[in-house]
Amino acid sequence: MENKAISCKNLTKQFGDFKAVDRVTFDVEQGEIFGFLGANGAGKTTAMRILCGLSFPTSGEATVAGFDVYKQQEQIKKNIGYMSQKFSLYDNLTILENIVFYGGVYGVSRVDIKIRSDELISTLGLEKEAKKLVGELPLGWKQKLAFSVAIFHRPKIVFLDEPTGGVDPVTRRQFWDMIYQAAESGITVFVTTHYMDEAEYCDRISVMVDGRVEALDSPTNLKNKFQTDTMDNVFYQLARGAKRADS
Amino acid sequence: MKQLLAFVRKEFYHVFRDKRTLLILFGMPIVQIVLFGLALSSEVKNIGVAVMDNARDVQSEQIIAKIRSSAQFEIKEDELNYKEIEEHFKTGEIKCAVLFPANFGSKLYKAEGAQIQVIADASDPNTATTVANYLNVIVRNYQGELNPNTQLSYQIIPEIRQLYNEEQNGSLNFIPGVIALIFMIVSTALTSVSVVREKEMGTLEILLVSPFKPVLVLLAKAIPYLVLSLIDFIIILLLSVFFLDVEIWGSLPLLFVESTLFIITCLSLGLLISNVTNSQQTAMLISMMGMMLPTMLLTGFMFPLENMPKIFQWISNILPSKYYYAIMKGVMLKGLGFSYVWKETLVLVGMSTVLLFIALKNFKNRLQ
Repeated sequence: MENKAISCKNLTKQFGDFKAVDRVTFDVEQGEIFGFLGANGAGKTTAMRILCGLSFPTSGEATVAGFDVYKQQEQIKKNIGYMSQKFSLYDNLTILENIVFYGGVYGVSRVDIKIRSDELISTLGLEKEAKKLVGELPLGWKQKLAFSVAIFHRPKIVFLDEPTGGVDPVTRRQFWDMIYQAAESGITVFVTTHYMDEAEYCDRISVMVDGRVEALDSPTNLKNKFQTDTMDNVFYQLARGAKRADS
Repeated sequence: MKQLLAFVRKEFYHVFRDKRTLLILFGMPIVQIVLFGLALSSEVKNIGVAVMDNARDVQSEQIIAKIRSSAQFEIKEDELNYKEIEEHFKTGEIKCAVLFPANFGSKLYKAEGAQIQVIADASDPNTATTVANYLNVIVRNYQGELNPNTQLSYQIIPEIRQLYNEEQNGSLNFIPGVIALIFMIVSTALTSVSVVREKEMGTLEILLVSPFKPVLVLLAKAIPYLVLSLIDFIIILLLSVFFLDVEIWGSLPLLFVESTLFIITCLSLGLLISNVTNSQQTAMLISMMGMMLPTMLLTGFMFPLENMPKIFQWISNILPSKYYYAIMKGVMLKGLGFSYVWKETLVLVGMSTVLLFIALKNFKNRLQ
């Protein structure tokens, strides 16, 4: 269990009679790109909030980066990065100020902030824009920058909640290149998405239906199992059995 | 600590890059002080007065000369008839008219006495009363000059002293009120909006996932607005002293301590509002309607509380600004020490503690 990036066993979150997450069990290997799929209301967000140390499960066990979700929320938070579907940088701060701010919040030392931000800005080719307000950047760039900021403090795991919403296909492709790079450097990527072509990019995928994980395997195996050639069909076959309406 | 500093610096960037926030922060106090100080002055100067002198004798001329020489009145030079007077009232050129009957001078020395008619524009009742009083004084003085030797046998002259405000400086009363209002705007409205803005943008979520403690998020939001409120406080004090000639009687350190206490109350309110709302507009609306309006109407700085229906007097008791207003009035204008305002201070301390406790509790619960 210690070697796994994320490990859940019978993880359950109950609100009154409603089981948002129902006995979910899965492991995520280190350095893996793990796709977390499910229709709206399937319980993805609730599960993700537990894993990010934002809420407590009702029952079951889970560890993130080896830390217990009940007792070691603080440790978990130090070891993960997070980027949400909503845009997560400050529009009226410059690129550099955003980087320095998030670095500071995560307790990265001043020297490291300096070294890493120079490095980051040159990798992204943003030397000229570094002193510009983030609000002036095109959305694709903002998204890429937000991802870079989410892994700026070198987390063990990065959670991406629908990171490519509203971005054009070319930028999405570039964004996934960045995800691959991060995974290669050893960061585990936990990503939710509604785009089935993106699901194909993941090493393994889990599909949640009505609070339960109904399928979990590599995209190729899943397609074989459901005897179809697109992830779209796999997802549709699983999700149409859902009883919960959109939340 | 370093994390907190990074956060506070970020908050200042937000403030100094947003023109609207800057305008509210520094434009508002200046405009309010100038407006309240000058426009709402209860003093009456240069009132247009029309004179209709049907007597044209020495006595009427003398009275007119007195009216002319007083700073309060400005006589319309051309003589008007009744109809013209009415027209001038309607256009607002004159606020009052003085009419002398034909036989004014001769009647003055007869038993029945002389009469003059004073017509005032009472659509503004306060001005009308003041004008009538001024004219009364002028006429009485003239009477006194006519018979300097004959004293009335029994005379009572009330010697009136306007304590704490001998010069009748109209600005005095509302400066503490304006200060309370500004604190409400900066510490309650702006703070709540700034937290809710992060909710709307989704950045609050990111902050909560970070190892930064939720309580520190609130603290980091509050510190900049505490500092800015104190800067506003200094601006208002300076303007009051040098621009409106208000004398500050009480101790400055006490004023600052009490103000900081009230700012903390306002900040707690702002944080509480930001917890229960999800849009900037709602936060603004609640701060304005729920907090500022009652502050203006029910703390006694615009309308005397004593004259209000009982229910409003009760409501006013739960308003923190009422106690702060009382403290400020006492310390700033009367020079009272802490021993006179400790009760109000205690109420404010109690209120901030409760509000802050609820705000923090609420914030934590929402995270679960």
